[in-house]
Amino acid sequence: MSAARKAVLRAADVSKVFGGTVALNHVDFNVYRGKVNALVGENGAGKSTLIGILAGVHQPTAGEILLDGQTVQLPSPRAAGEHGIRLIHQELLLFPNLSVAENIFAGSELRSAAGVRLREQEREAARLLERLGQRVNPRSLVGDLAVGAQQMVAIAKALSQQVRVLIMDEPTSALSTREVESLFQVVRALVADGVAVVYISHRLEEIMTIGDFVTVLRDGKQVAEAAVPEIDSHWIVEHMIGRDPEALFPYEARPVGEPLLEVADLTLPRPGGGLWVDRVSFSVSAGEIVGVYGLMGAGRTELLQSLVGERREAVGCVTLNGVDLHHEAIGARIARGLFLVPEDRQREGLVQALSVKENVSLASLDELAAFGNLAVRREAREVGAVVRDVGVKVPDINHPVTALSGGNQQKVVVAKALLTEPKVLLMDDPMRGVDVGAKAELYRIMKRLASEGIAILFTSSDLMEVLGMADRILVMARGRITGEFAREEATSGLLVAASNPHAVKAVA
Amino acid sequence: MSSSQFGALLRTRPGWLQELLDELHTPHAWRSLLLRLRAFVALIGIVIVFSSISSSFFTGSNLRVMTEHVAIVAIMAIGETFVILTAGIDLSVGSVAGLAGMIAGGLLNDGLVLHPFDAVIWFNVPLVILIGLGVGATAGAVNGAVITKLGVAPFIATLGMLSVARGVADLRNDGATFPDLGGEPKHHNTGFDFLGTGNLAHIPFTIVLLVLFVIVAVYIAKRTAFGRRVYAIGGNERASELAGIRVHRIKMGVYVISGICAAMTGLLITSQLGAAFPDTATSYELNAIAAVVLGGSSLFGGRGTIGGTVIGAFVIGFLSDGLVLVGVSEFWQMIAKGTVIVAAVALDEAQRRRQSRASAAVASIIEEVVSSEKSAAQA
Repeated sequence: MSAARKAVLRAADVSKVFGGTVALNHVDFNVYRGKVNALVGENGAGKSTLIGILAGVHQPTAGEILLDGQTVQLPSPRAAGEHGIRLIHQELLLFPNLSVAENIFAGSELRSAAGVRLREQEREAARLLERLGQRVNPRSLVGDLAVGAQQMVAIAKALSQQVRVLIMDEPTSALSTREVESLFQVVRALVADGVAVVYISHRLEEIMTIGDFVTVLRDGKQVAEAAVPEIDSHWIVEHMIGRDPEALFPYEARPVGEPLLEVADLTLPRPGGGLWVDRVSFSVSAGEIVGVYGLMGAGRTELLQSLVGERREAVGCVTLNGVDLHHEAIGARIARGLFLVPEDRQREGLVQALSVKENVSLASLDELAAFGNLAVRREAREVGAVVRDVGVKVPDINHPVTALSGGNQQKVVVAKALLTEPKVLLMDDPMRGVDVGAKAELYRIMKRLASEGIAILFTSSDLMEVLGMADRILVMARGRITGEFAREEATSGLLVAASNPHAVKAVA
Repeated sequence: MSSSQFGALLRTRPGWLQELLDELHTPHAWRSLLLRLRAFVALIGIVIVFSSISSSFFTGSNLRVMTEHVAIVAIMAIGETFVILTAGIDLSVGSVAGLAGMIAGGLLNDGLVLHPFDAVIWFNVPLVILIGLGVGATAGAVNGAVITKLGVAPFIATLGMLSVARGVADLRNDGATFPDLGGEPKHHNTGFDFLGTGNLAHIPFTIVLLVLFVIVAVYIAKRTAFGRRVYAIGGNERASELAGIRVHRIKMGVYVISGICAAMTGLLITSQLGAAFPDTATSYELNAIAAVVLGGSSLFGGRGTIGGTVIGAFVIGFLSDGLVLVGVSEFWQMIAKGTVIVAAVALDEAQRRRQSRASAAVASIIEEVVSSEKSAAQA
């Protein structure tokens, strides 16, 4: 395919290095005018970095960006905006406490000598939303809108200024089917107007529906580019994974013991109505690795948070080794052998200001202290042992934890968990933002722990991870368990079907 | 030179030196050392400048007097350090000091008057001191409870206590002072002046007390589970919670410590003056916070040392006393102090930005070293 053909925006031989990690490795990416340019890849493949570079958030370490065949510098999102390149983040980045009109014009207010011209902003906002086929009062607070409507506000914000390239990062991850439909209509209208859309999604069927071109990233490299009519979703999966999932997650059957963690009718109310977790019951046995698959917002994280005692408003019965954990705080549950490796390493897993050693021992200080007095030598010894055990690559455990790469930081969190001698290990999306090598290593650690009799419950939104690692798979959608599959019977088709949130509605 | 060669070089040194070098070898230690060094450089600068202006500045007797003044700031600032390490703030320390002084003063002056029984109970000096410290602990516990149980922001909660504690101090004797703290032999309550003016083996007791507080505080910060948790909460409260730390309990603890330290300061001042004034230590919270910040603690929590705070207190104390010595007016002192505080924080921010770039570089170096050692091991 001729790369120069109508490519309005082009990343040419772009590389990006963060600290010691190569996020992008000589990547080419073409964005064609009037087309939907889909960008796919596993978590950590480099999609976010690439669109960050296109939108002026990151600067490429090497390579260049071409706009209409001319090299451009995009030192800031504002500079990219001036070239008509706009990014809509997955989290939308709107101000929930401001009105729709104020959000649309935040940062580019229509001003007169007397201040902001609110009326004119509201009129203009209404016009933009109408163009998107939306009937939203420009005065309503964004926080009061449904996610789909918020998405439209974000698009309207992008359209409030001249836009040539619109980058949408997983725009459908929180939308209902009907909202997805209207989003697609908007996207088609934009494309017909000559806007180049960059579309990132995990949902392959969406890419087959809306995409014109697809580019696949894997481990920071561009591995394939094709016109959508010429391919099928199998082609995408093949290139995304690039290898047999069996090779990444070599499976061995393990003996499974008695049930350790038993959950009955666990329910977590959602503030503002509805349920995060809806009457969930299951059990995990010693030596078993159970995967929880589900899309974003299915309630996976909330389930694990309820199990570990972080969500005090959760009701239902959780027993560990036959002991009822009701009313027990996080610390007490840790002492009983339940530990959560949280989803967001930076925000929940690590204390950045502390060293590797201090992070690893953080959950075991009671065991390492007698009458409050820390046994520092014992601490260093035990932390050193567990750090070696999980293979954290660090020359000295007194190094700051921020000096480690993503995979190594995740191993620090796992080391912290292991030092508490858990019986049940909960891991919330443990492979997120971890490179392929570290993934394989983490899986090796998980298998070894399981073979030592630890029960592991992990979550993932990545089909290959779940299918590759789990002995048994639970599928969640809308807070419920919508499917349970033994390893042998699980297929990606079954999991996807069970994870569809709209199927739940039909059942309910 | 690879890190292993460097390590080999170090192993030929005597034990203590190697230990020190090992510690400095880690980027973390260099960072905290640099932060402490900054205040230290300022301190040396102050000493040099004032010594050159006034010959009486760098003399034994003046240094002694100044250190006694420093002790007052430092003890209060040590308590404040624990609070700031959790990303909190305690604005009430000055008022709590005043309140503790007034309570102690009242007990020494009038005893505990029980009106319904027409009786007076007299306490001896150690008990009076304990009660004074208890008042501080109580004020701190109230601060902690309002912050953790009611969810009021530390700034507001302790701002409230600043006003309330001062009000109670005023109420204690209707705005009047307790002028005579000498005590009477028949009540067994003499000797309160020893706290602020006495000597122990020719060393002012105030300084002995400072050293004692520093040792205990360093031990708590570095060698106890509590101290580690204080740092962890300030660094990342959510991660600490998920590690099973009872965040509320630790926060209660730091405000109680801060209250006790503030009360100690109040008792020291009261003892030095020989009388309890209701407006004792007014606006001392500024000195305490300034000392903590100058000492390299981050107001965002998780970063800071007791040692740094003590040096910060020396900077504040020497600066004020030096300015007095060379005859600068009190108003200029306030301007100088304010400028120094803001400059210290600005410097801290600049340093932090440089470090975040540096830590990215360190990360790549570590990866390189590890991978080269790995390939060497395989070969």
